[in-house]
Amino acid sequence: MTSSVYASTLGLSAALVLLCAVVTLWRRSLGAIVKVLAVQGAALACVALAIGFHEHDVGLEVIAVLVLGAKGVVVPTLITRVVRHDPTSRESQPLVNVPASLVAAGALVFLSFAATRSVTALEPTTAGRLIPFGVAAMLVGFFALATRRKAVSQIVGLLLVDNGVALVAFLATAGVPVIVELGASLDVLLAVVVLRVLATQMRAHVGSLDLDQLAELHD
Amino acid sequence: MLVAILAIPLACALLSGLVPWRPWIGWAGTVSLAGVLGCGIALASGVLHARAASGLDGVLRADALSAFMVIVIGVIGVLAACQGVRYLDAEITAGRCTRRHASLYAVLVQGFVTTMLLAVLAANLGVLWVAVEATTVVTTFLVGHRGARTSLEASWKYIVICSVGIALAFLGTVLVYLTALHAPGHGFHALDWTSLVAQSRHLDPGVMRLAFALLVLGYGTKVGLAPMHSWLPDAHSQAPAPVSALMSGVLLTVAFYAILRFKVIADGALGPLFPRTLLVIVSLLSLGIAASLLLSQRDYKRMLAYHSVEHMGLIALGAAAGSTLAIAAVLLHILGHGIAKGVLFLASGEILLVEGTSEIEHVPALLSRRPILGGIFAFGLVALLGFPPFSLFVSELNMLRAEFQVGLGWAAAASLVCMAVIFAAVMSHGRHLLLGPKGTAAPDITPALVAVPLVGGLLLCAFIGVSAWPLGPLLHAAAKVVSP
Repeated sequence: MTSSVYASTLGLSAALVLLCAVVTLWRRSLGAIVKVLAVQGAALACVALAIGFHEHDVGLEVIAVLVLGAKGVVVPTLITRVVRHDPTSRESQPLVNVPASLVAAGALVFLSFAATRSVTALEPTTAGRLIPFGVAAMLVGFFALATRRKAVSQIVGLLLVDNGVALVAFLATAGVPVIVELGASLDVLLAVVVLRVLATQMRAHVGSLDLDQLAELHD
Repeated sequence: MLVAILAIPLACALLSGLVPWRPWIGWAGTVSLAGVLGCGIALASGVLHARAASGLDGVLRADALSAFMVIVIGVIGVLAACQGVRYLDAEITAGRCTRRHASLYAVLVQGFVTTMLLAVLAANLGVLWVAVEATTVVTTFLVGHRGARTSLEASWKYIVICSVGIALAFLGTVLVYLTALHAPGHGFHALDWTSLVAQSRHLDPGVMRLAFALLVLGYGTKVGLAPMHSWLPDAHSQAPAPVSALMSGVLLTVAFYAILRFKVIADGALGPLFPRTLLVIVSLLSLGIAASLLLSQRDYKRMLAYHSVEHMGLIALGAAAGSTLAIAAVLLHILGHGIAKGVLFLASGEILLVEGTSEIEHVPALLSRRPILGGIFAFGLVALLGFPPFSLFVSELNMLRAEFQVGLGWAAAASLVCMAVIFAAVMSHGRHLLLGPKGTAAPDITPALVAVPLVGGLLLCAFIGVSAWPLGPLLHAAAKVVSP
């Protein structure tokens, strides 16, 4: 792979990860949001694959395939099942409306470029310069978590945060050591399974997946 | 040895998963945790005489600090496991819980202990992260084990907030890894704690500053430090009592152990000022929040949960001071708080079981109606508020001394003000709960099965407060590991 192809593949995939994060704020249909999440997982796998090819790192290529399987296929499938059983599968009333959310996302992107200056200075490679994209995707995930009130949107927000951090890990250090990577992926998968079970219980107890219905614990 | 420590609870988890629930499986769990405690003591005497032990091809490593944490996990694990049998029996008798649920509970508790042990025995900081994240996944079902609507809400909040926090900690870990890869002469083991400490002076300070802030915020979420503490009162009050005891008594401090490990690296890379400032801020914030919210609590389990926020704040302040004296006091406080809080949560589980409510208002005059249970709760509160002879008195005094020594006198004074407010709040809640006119009914005697472990826990807490033996050398050695 020539260096210009490498740079553009990497840049496009990293930008796609961030773009997907922003699109989840824009779309309201939960089904569509989960599809966007699958695309984001695939883009993340592309990043890992490109770096793996570039650095001739077979371990990273294998991890890229695993990421594609886990974040591109398995996790979205798990969440789709929850969405299918939800009668009102729309994020109807987020705490912050869509246009304001998009403006906030823009601000978060700026913030992430400012916050990671010391990191990009330490790692001024093609991949290292893209680190702010990962941080921005993570911050958009936080924002989604804080302002969306559907169980599924919160799971998606959590996964956005996770994908953002994973993108930073690939770009900054070509992935963490394999044992950590495997452990981390397993943890995320299990967390999604646990959240799915909780969502199922929630439907049984409350009758919907609206988190506003669950607000008995407070001071 | 290290593998054995992990294998005991893991084997017990398998056993509880394969064999249908019987009370003896619960007792097998207690025996397994007693085994962990025994191994922890053997490990401690081993690392005191020789250097650190390692196992599983360098993935596991134990120095005095790890050995101390294994002992803490073992002590509180045994206490909680004794009460766990009682909890499950009562739930099954009341028809709130099927045998399958009981098995699930037994498996998850053993799995929970295994992940905590892995966290304190991990040589690699990435593996430490994986283990701490795994504790969240395992405990979520335990928080929601009672299956009520409120426990569902608590478990949802718990897993979402803690997963987010722990994602921040992962980002911090990645950044530490990045600086380690750029430091001269990095080896293959760039996330290995010992090699990171050895080369901490060469790590990039700009990135390290960002990384340490993320790590304190991230692991701080699991510790229950402000501003990410909001899951804690819900999860600790909704979980079954033995799980609350484990979560409040040990899980919080296992997460704090991660911060202690990273603090040494940050101290080396940045000098002590930045880590200290950061820890003082989160600590005073936690103390302030705990003080203001404790005043208005109406639920005794939530009261205990907020009290944990306070104690984690005190521990963070002690760690901010960072001298060997301070860290030794912090570690003693970790053990003392774990035992006292564990006993109180277990006692509160028993109160909930016999009284049927967790509102302070509806449980008056416990001392005269249930003298043994009330007495245990009263002595537990006395221990937790830092009265002698309990060990929390010694550790709080030494933390304050250390803080004044390093010029954090103003922060120590602020923490004393918060502690005074909390003292008043807990005293007024405790007075309502414990004292009051004697009813006409004969006093109710608490079964020995419940009372004996709890009284034993309180006696142990008093013993380590009075006598430096046998913990003294271990505390000193463990404090040396993470202080200059």
